Amino acid sequence: MSLRIDENTKVIVQGITGKEGGFHALRCIEYGTNIVAGVTPGKGGQLFNDSINVYDSMKSAKLETDANTSLIFVPSPFAPDAILESIYSGIKTVICITEGIPVNEMIKIYKIANDNKVTLIGPNCPGLINPSANCKIGIMPGDIFTPGRIGVVSRSGTLTYEAVDQLTKNGIGQSLCVGIGGDPIIGTTFIDVLDYFINDTDTDGIVFIGEIGGTKEQEAAEFLKSVNNSKPIAALIVGASAPEGKRMGHAGAVISGDSGKAESKMNALRDAGCEIIVHPGKIADTLKKII
Amino acid sequence: MKIHEYQSKELLKLFGIPTPESIVTENKISLLNAFKEFGSRAVLKVQVHAGGRGKSGGVKLVENSKDVNDFADKFFGKYFKTIQTGNDSVLINKILVEEVSNILSEMYLALLVDGSHQSINIIVSPEGGTDIEEVASKNPEKILNFPVNTILGPTDFQIREILDFLSLDIKSFSKLKNIIQGLYKLYLEKDCSLIEINPLIVDNRHELIALDAKISFDEDALYKHEDILDLRDINQENEIEIQTAELGIKYVQLKGSVGCIVNGAGLAMATMDVIQSSGLKPANFLDIGGGADEEKISKAMSAVLSDVNVKIVLVNLFGGILRCDVASRGFIMALDKYQSSAPKLIIRMQGTNSEEGKDILNATNYNISFAENLDQISKILMDKE
Repeated sequence: MSLRIDENTKVIVQGITGKEGGFHALRCIEYGTNIVAGVTPGKGGQLFNDSINVYDSMKSAKLETDANTSLIFVPSPFAPDAILESIYSGIKTVICITEGIPVNEMIKIYKIANDNKVTLIGPNCPGLINPSANCKIGIMPGDIFTPGRIGVVSRSGTLTYEAVDQLTKNGIGQSLCVGIGGDPIIGTTFIDVLDYFINDTDTDGIVFIGEIGGTKEQEAAEFLKSVNNSKPIAALIVGASAPEGKRMGHAGAVISGDSGKAESKMNALRDAGCEIIVHPGKIADTLKKII
Repeated sequence: MKIHEYQSKELLKLFGIPTPESIVTENKISLLNAFKEFGSRAVLKVQVHAGGRGKSGGVKLVENSKDVNDFADKFFGKYFKTIQTGNDSVLINKILVEEVSNILSEMYLALLVDGSHQSINIIVSPEGGTDIEEVASKNPEKILNFPVNTILGPTDFQIREILDFLSLDIKSFSKLKNIIQGLYKLYLEKDCSLIEINPLIVDNRHELIALDAKISFDEDALYKHEDILDLRDINQENEIEIQTAELGIKYVQLKGSVGCIVNGAGLAMATMDVIQSSGLKPANFLDIGGGADEEKISKAMSAVLSDVNVKIVLVNLFGGILRCDVASRGFIMALDKYQSSAPKLIIRMQGTNSEEGKDILNATNYNISFAENLDQISKILMDKE
């Protein structure tokens, strides 16, 4: 799986004629992303922004443009089908922004994406951005990012912006920022992104942002212990103040049992050599101490 | 979404899973009549959306009408607390009358989503009838937890493995298979997020029976299931949470004094942590979501203000799609209803139109402290303590 996005990344936006899809497609174009087509069933033949062809299907859009990536804004009842359509069109990287896809459906979609060796990012994620290549595939505000050599990986959207804002204001640029999403079932995990950063020659250090619920942070810690990583990692886990058994917005952010608690995650990451960020206001300060 | 035990058992029956004979009642007369149906002995169980009922006296073996009468007087229409409800209490509108089972052994059986295996997992333990978290921490070897294959569902060899782990006789294979496959079918068909049978018992006729059942559902899939939506009991839910959910605002009431309004779930949790690290406690989790208008933002502020424990309101917005000037106007709409009784405000706004947003709030007479970042929020909170 590769998470590299740059000027060679050609993106189709699924749901481009919708309010959200259209708004964010424009922001991506402004940032410099190469958006080559849009897809909305029944709206084929239209032009988006007077410049981008809209197709009825992923198959025809892929055939005409030879795109390699898709960005999905389709509403949740129709999003699983949109992901499948993307996978079967031959697209190799699918970024799904849509929030609220039923978990049982995602279990099946995950398996199909995996079997077809497709890199699925999300769902319920802000997407990813490479500031040095002016390539943004997602919904993050582009102006807070600055080119540099720190990789950021996070389960959350606005908390990623908070982290990046702190980095940029402290003169620390970013190589790639990936929001993996707040759902229990997601395509690309912390481990995939960490693996990419560790082997990426453009990345010198990592900011890792996790939260309560599930055990994805502990698995990331196990992974870090199993590889030879010399890159410094600053890790923040949010939700220490959340009670057990209550869903904190994200479908995945609910503590059931000790392993879902913030403390257990912090301990695991500390054991794996990460520097723990003790206050959400100290993300950049903590990273500065170790790079 | 949670449902009651009696509703869970009705669903289990639909999927062929044995449960004890039972009658659900809504008042004393029907409770007494139902008791007579069971002869001279029955188990009475209050119906609330919370675990730990037994330890709080909400489950009782009764052997005469006087006991039934007392139980009805004690619980019908009353508020009830368990370990799980904490200081809150839940209203009892229904009591389940159930036949007495002769228990030979108690086991635990659950299905839930496992994000690590991208699957539905089956969890079993021979230690039923107790708190499974306690078993997990004290005797982890007494828990068997494995992912179900997405294509095949639970297979025969897995059911034999469970049978063996629970020390059940091989003669029980088809009964256990029927239960596990039924539960898995129910889980998928109704988009459950948890099915927990605790305990699953073997009775003196060597039958496997679901003696208690807890089912909750994936909120994101409810639009597909009108029959499940009909099972919702809003009396068991938090009033502010119901109102905010209708507007697409994610709100969870907590017990502290600092109300917060944030956009994004991750940033909302981070903001709660900042409050806690400042020596105070958050009064709520609140994520307004993207692209909110004045009306929605005003409702979010009103929800936070309606919590009588709130002494300070902390706003932390990272504007993207959300415009801070729109947010400020929404806040004022809500605050104006409170006028002089409005609490202290701490405002941090970043991103789209944040300067404009701050100017709008600055022009009012409310008691507002502005913060530039999370560190400053901490400092202000510590000063206000």
